[in-house]
Amino acid sequence: MTNALDKELESVVIRFAGDSGDGMQLTGTQFTNATALHGNDLATFPDFPAEIRAPLGTLAGVSGFQIHFGSTRINTPGDTSDVLVAMNVAALKVNIKNLKKGGVIIINSDGFDAKNLRLANVPEVQNPLHDGSLADYDVKIIDITKITRAALSNSGLGTKEIDRCKNMFVLGLVYWMYHRPIENTLNFIKAKFKKNEAVMNANILVLQTGWNYGETTEMFANRFTVAPAKMESGVYRSIMGNQAAAYGLIAAANKSGLSLFYGTYPITPASDILHELSKYKNFDVKTFQAEDEIAAICSSIGAAFGGALAITGSSGPGIALKGEAIGLATMLELPLVIVNIQRAGPSTGLPTKTEQADLNQAMFGRNGECPLVIVSAQSPADCFYMAFEACRIALEHMIPVFFLSDGYIANGAEPWKYPSSADLPKINVEFKKARLADEEKFMPYQRDEKLSRPWALPGTKGLEHRIGGLEKQNITGNISYDASNHEFMVKLRQEKVDLVANHIPLQTIDNGEEAGELLILGWGGTYGALKTATSLLIDQGYKVSHAHLRYLNPFPKNLGEMLSRFKTVVVPELNNGQLVKIIRDRYFIDAIPYNKIQGMPFMSTEVVDKIKEILA
Amino acid sequence: METATTDKLTAKDFSSDQEVRWCPGCGDYSILKQVQTILPDLGRPREEFVFISGIGCSSRFPYYMDTYGMHSIHGRATAVATGLKATRPDLSVWIVTGDGDSLSIGGNHFIHLLRRNPDVNVLLFNNQIYGLTKGQYSPTSEQGKVTKSTPMGSVDYPFNPIALSLGADATFVARTLDRDPKHQQNVIKKGYYHAGTSLIEIYQNCNVFNDGAFEVYTEKGTKKQNTLMMENGMPLLFGENNELGIKLDGFKPVIANLAETSINDIWVHDETDLVKATILSRFYDDPTVENHFPRPFGVFYVNNNKQTFNDLFNNQIDFAKKTYGAGDLDKLIAGKETWVVN
Ligand code: SF4
Repeated sequence: MTNALDKELESVVIRFAGDSGDGMQLTGTQFTNATALHGNDLATFPDFPAEIRAPLGTLAGVSGFQIHFGSTRINTPGDTSDVLVAMNVAALKVNIKNLKKGGVIIINSDGFDAKNLRLANVPEVQNPLHDGSLADYDVKIIDITKITRAALSNSGLGTKEIDRCKNMFVLGLVYWMYHRPIENTLNFIKAKFKKNEAVMNANILVLQTGWNYGETTEMFANRFTVAPAKMESGVYRSIMGNQAAAYGLIAAANKSGLSLFYGTYPITPASDILHELSKYKNFDVKTFQAEDEIAAICSSIGAAFGGALAITGSSGPGIALKGEAIGLATMLELPLVIVNIQRAGPSTGLPTKTEQADLNQAMFGRNGECPLVIVSAQSPADCFYMAFEACRIALEHMIPVFFLSDGYIANGAEPWKYPSSADLPKINVEFKKARLADEEKFMPYQRDEKLSRPWALPGTKGLEHRIGGLEKQNITGNISYDASNHEFMVKLRQEKVDLVANHIPLQTIDNGEEAGELLILGWGGTYGALKTATSLLIDQGYKVSHAHLRYLNPFPKNLGEMLSRFKTVVVPELNNGQLVKIIRDRYFIDAIPYNKIQGMPFMSTEVVDKIKEILA
Repeated sequence: METATTDKLTAKDFSSDQEVRWCPGCGDYSILKQVQTILPDLGRPREEFVFISGIGCSSRFPYYMDTYGMHSIHGRATAVATGLKATRPDLSVWIVTGDGDSLSIGGNHFIHLLRRNPDVNVLLFNNQIYGLTKGQYSPTSEQGKVTKSTPMGSVDYPFNPIALSLGADATFVARTLDRDPKHQQNVIKKGYYHAGTSLIEIYQNCNVFNDGAFEVYTEKGTKKQNTLMMENGMPLLFGENNELGIKLDGFKPVIANLAETSINDIWVHDETDLVKATILSRFYDDPTVENHFPRPFGVFYVNNNKQTFNDLFNNQIDFAKKTYGAGDLDKLIAGKETWVVN
């Protein structure tokens, strides 16, 4: 029986780090689920290696998973970590700078041998286990590889398979340290390896070995409890951004009574939406993996013509390829949702790293005057609501809509008090009905008060019509090369986007006073960091408020008025200044840009420092 | 005035109120006319026809048809049609494209369309030139072609669309000519009735930028010597009085004179034979060189054993619904693991 004393903590940040083959993402995800079920609030940050197939043991191959959980509201995965699990030298080297002084390091000593030192470019004499460089930390050195091999010596498995169970030792140990239930993971292992009993038993045994290691050795003086968070009452689940986006799209199909068509091409970090959607064919969800990005969007345009809720999904480079077809959809005035899970660019850029640099692309990135609606999600769970909103607007206004997310919230997780389907609004879709013999000729570009045109499906009697990318006359839809008609149509398509502002919520202040010294105006995945930063500043007596935009085109109608209530407006973005330029242009205010372009999310502390500097 | 009644349709019912704007004498007129002529015979209501085109002279086609239609973007009609047919298998979907549209800018979608085999019909107007952009060489132009963009002659080798289609595993591959209305109607009808993608290459004269490109196959004096009109189950004969035929010497085709060869030794066309279709597709000689093979017209190949993309695609949806029942949105959103906060 352990002598470790229980200590209560308000919140903890743990970072699991190892080689990309060490299973750290799985370890982190399992720990997240157990923590969610325990009732803590949490936020996660899977930090994938920049190179998908980086050589084993190298710095480039380090894969990290950070989780921040607590008994209070948690908005970010944490700026710095309390505990670092380092499976090898490279993992330690990459992550030590973000570990708090005095923090715990759990080290797999086998990952610090001569070979690993060499792969991580660390000279033998600077082996961190022996050179005193870790003196400021609470270091727990465990030969996880050796213990795992000993535990499985009779398993009948080969060394390679045995070594793959190492992460379960880590998970078992950390479960013990934080009093997490392990049943959830036991069930997961049983389901995952149901076809391979030897591997199933091995994983279970090593998980328990990790737990027992904490329990029986004297290495740990303390165990920690983190009480369930005081969250709004209700039923919760844990959700990741891309998963939430997929559910939001399915919910929109359900609420509009349409079948969903998702035309796409695999690309990081958007592919998980395809993987997720492809599981739900019984929801009338049709996924199509096209031959390229252009075919992906064009197939969706074909499906939209035929009356489906049509969606195409990609990331920045793929969106670039889709540009011409987005223009076509704008001319056709068909509903289409374009999902962009942003990553760091330009070109191939940093595929696994996050950025918000495709706002300009969404706003302006096509030939000709080609405005469309843009919405963006601010957190993993918000991907559900904004994906749903994108569909609602596209369908009710017969217009293409951009849904922007990013790699950070797409892969991050948070607890979600999920809605019941009855709480979601109905999406109103009406197909034009067959024309009777005595009715007037059908006009495909006839408009209603929203300026949207009728959705007339092929197969409907009497509505035969042709649409295309050439400029057309209003109402009739006939090709028109008339000069003033073109100007009229360009303005009309703009007005149609502008009118969407009448059908979206007004902007609210998320945190802080309704007027004052300084407004932090953000959008997208920076929400958590900005919210935390604002709270910290308010606690320190600063008159600071935070508003976060989810509707980027058109803006909520009251935005200009809201901005005018603050002396200073700061626009923090993970790009070189995109929203800030639009705000300055639109509202003639001297908004201050604050930019970070490192493929990494904002840390709340750096935002706090920046705002103080501006206020000084 | 349009009508919305179900009386027997005529070619006129398929003609829209838009003025046809091809150059006078263009081969496109004939194709439009033949399609409008056969559609009423197919026994399908007009509203079920959808014509989707890309960009180019040929791609104006949908505007002239009083059916549903989309004039999409360059090279992508194939992709638009795939999405439409996947979600609306009840429609009769037609793709109208040209040699530049489908074999150059849209080459990728073209081969993938054929590979997937949705039940759509492709009318590939091949005029071996870029007409809309006023006369540059195309991917089917013969090597050495002098055009505005190739004053010293093009150095590119041309695509052979029939061989390319067979290589992409198309299930219906045929060639016809703008100047032969009956043949055209016949081939297009066969294509319509084929379940799967029907690739119909139509030699189309661009009388402005490439006039006479196919005249050896259409003019009285040269036609019979240079064309091989394939009929399923019939010997492959050609010549002024069908005095010539094709014989197979192993896998090698040879031209035989019936004066010296028994009709029983002549190759009998079997449109279900892929190997033989492949040999025929390679009859692609320059008609000015001596001892050239005649150019085949008609149906090269039909494969009725490959399931269509739209069936395979929708069968999975039906299977999932049958097996798991219609999806329950609340269950989906809740997932498997939830907890309660009081
Ligand atoms: S340019 Fe050639 S293909 Fe185009 S319409 Fe004129 S004749 Fe026909």
